[in-house]
Amino acid sequence: MQLYNYRADDRRFLAERVAEFRDQVARRLSGALSEDEFKPLRLMNGLYLQLHAYMLRVAIPYGTLASHQLRALAEIARRYDRGFGHFTTRQNIQFNWIKLEDTPEILALLASVDMHALQTSGNCIRNVTADHFAGVAADEIEDPRIWCELIRQWSTLHPEFSFLPRKFKIAVTGSPEDRAAVRVHDIGLVMVRDDAGAVGFEVLVGGGQGRTPMIASTIRRFVPKRDLLSYLEAIMRVYNLHGRRDNLFKARIKILVQSLGAEAFARAVDAEFATLQGGLATVDEAAVARIAADFAPPPYRPADPAAPEVKSVAAVEPAFARWTRTNLFAHKVAGHTAVIVSLKPPGGIPGDASADQMDALADLADRFSFGELRVTHGQNLVLPHVRLGEVPELWRALDVHGLATANAGLISDMIACPGLDYCSLANTRSIPIAQRLSRRFSDPDQIDRIGPLEIKISGCINACGHHHVGHIGILGVDKKGDEFYQITLGGRADGARSALGKLLGPAIPSARVIDVVQQIIDTYLAIRCPGEPFADTVARVGVGPFKTATTQERRDEAA
Amino acid sequence: MRLLDLTLGRVVEDALTALDAAADPIAAIGAGSVIVPATRWTELRDRVGATPAGPIGVRLGADRPDLVDRLVRDLDRLALIAVVFESFRDGRGFSIARTLRERHGYPGRLRAQGWLLPDQFRFLARCGFDQIAPSDPGRLDEWRAHLDRFSVRYQATAADLHLKPAGQEPSYAI
Repeated sequence: MQLYNYRADDRRFLAERVAEFRDQVARRLSGALSEDEFKPLRLMNGLYLQLHAYMLRVAIPYGTLASHQLRALAEIARRYDRGFGHFTTRQNIQFNWIKLEDTPEILALLASVDMHALQTSGNCIRNVTADHFAGVAADEIEDPRIWCELIRQWSTLHPEFSFLPRKFKIAVTGSPEDRAAVRVHDIGLVMVRDDAGAVGFEVLVGGGQGRTPMIASTIRRFVPKRDLLSYLEAIMRVYNLHGRRDNLFKARIKILVQSLGAEAFARAVDAEFATLQGGLATVDEAAVARIAADFAPPPYRPADPAAPEVKSVAAVEPAFARWTRTNLFAHKVAGHTAVIVSLKPPGGIPGDASADQMDALADLADRFSFGELRVTHGQNLVLPHVRLGEVPELWRALDVHGLATANAGLISDMIACPGLDYCSLANTRSIPIAQRLSRRFSDPDQIDRIGPLEIKISGCINACGHHHVGHIGILGVDKKGDEFYQITLGGRADGARSALGKLLGPAIPSARVIDVVQQIIDTYLAIRCPGEPFADTVARVGVGPFKTATTQERRDEAA
Repeated sequence: MRLLDLTLGRVVEDALTALDAAADPIAAIGAGSVIVPATRWTELRDRVGATPAGPIGVRLGADRPDLVDRLVRDLDRLALIAVVFESFRDGRGFSIARTLRERHGYPGRLRAQGWLLPDQFRFLARCGFDQIAPSDPGRLDEWRAHLDRFSVRYQATAADLHLKPAGQEPSYAI
């Protein structure tokens, strides 16, 4: 199994961390710590106070998960929550109904399977994310997870960078095709080769969503591997010293990069880097080699000649055929495929999985994928290494558990934040919009005809549902106590084509959202060139035709 | 003021006192054993004799990292730099400490002062602070337990080199 193999030191560290948090909770319960003082401490352990209860966000570093870990998550869902977990856009999982006094036990349970909730919130370096097809994609230069793990360790309880102006998110991709949305992260790292063929990192800084969405700027074309952490320390120090602390909404690094300009910011980083290069943070090659050994390819097996061919099963099983068109991703090793397990059934809550589903998936991962799973930033799961001959059998097993929805990358494969159903920041609900949309767009032939399309829904301006980069973005706004939604078109987060969506028009009431999306789709179907995906059509024609179509309707209604 | 001194390994009374605003500052600094606001120090330093009768310290806010560059030429004259945290959330103080220790090689006492949490002790020590003077000195006893809470560290700082090897014995005998 490709999984960072915890050493004795790592386990001792987690045990010490659990003991510390147990003490912090006890001090909070006894009143020795005020809520004001406890808050940053609990946040560094992923514990939020939401509308109805505490929410615990558990880190799934760079989205890689082993079957025995998923079983532990199922147990937490069953024992300490209401039988569900919610996979997030940052490759984490959230439990929404947690009792404060249970959290030390939950952290101990997590530690028993080498997991934690460290730095999944708070103003520190958060869980580092990666391409969910790392180690699978044929276009990959190197498995980015090796470097993610190094960054995870380096950022863990970093003595200098644990009280930053604001949260800090790093994403890494090992492929030129960006599946990690690196341009909407505080730091995006893209593995590249220099002219001599050496592998290093292109460094992008200052992307982000929230109130002030921005696409990151490249501040250095190539950082050699040995300098990676020194260069990151230089960025972090410039941000820690100069990022704004007077206004929560202007405290992210993107605001600093914007106010200085990317070039001046890069110069400040270079000046800091000059004092750090070759110093204490220089990457230890032996440590990297140890981590890399953990991510060695699993023992792929040759194809079984007796196994049924995907094509021949698809020929007689239309539902299977449809699913294979959307939910498979080409594997670099012949005879294998990665399988996307959609957590977006019609009427479902995007990203939710029941404890029983988690247990079932853990078993399927053991049977079909070397015990390994991935969490995608699109709130789905992946079985990364499935033999093609076993795909039909896997599909049938997934179907039994309601996990064979054939919609990966299609209109009903939506992202939605928890919204006002859970979140204390939200203005509006997101989940019911997603549920209504997924029911409207549930006919397999219809969504197949529409083709690749990403809808992203946020219940407030903080943009946890990534609406800025949705092909169709939906943002909830409160209008005198009523739920209204702004629609944007043309956002995307796919590498160099990354763009922020443009506003379609004034906010519309909740009841109209589904119909307006339908009008947008009808317009697209009418004007698209053959084979042209939705995002490309919007890029070609702009928002205009969609604005006309949706406002025409409104005028008709008013008449 | 009571403070925890890591090098001495115990709680001590501060040997230095804040510069008395009413006193003649040149004479007071010349007499030594005084802590001068950093901005005041940069105004007065050229008028102060080369050999004061006692140690001199300066004090700057964690929100004033810009003052570090202005102190660099005095680092061998200063026995103490006190960084005052208005809030434990102001992480700039940690970068100030590492910059002083690691880039500028400041060898004197480095004090973290103000609203700080015992839970931050290890971070502060690893960044190079060797004196802790929390605004709530009643809690100083609580602090000790936090320094050696972790026997594992995932980064290297210059101060780590002075800490004893992880997992063997307490980092400091406090």
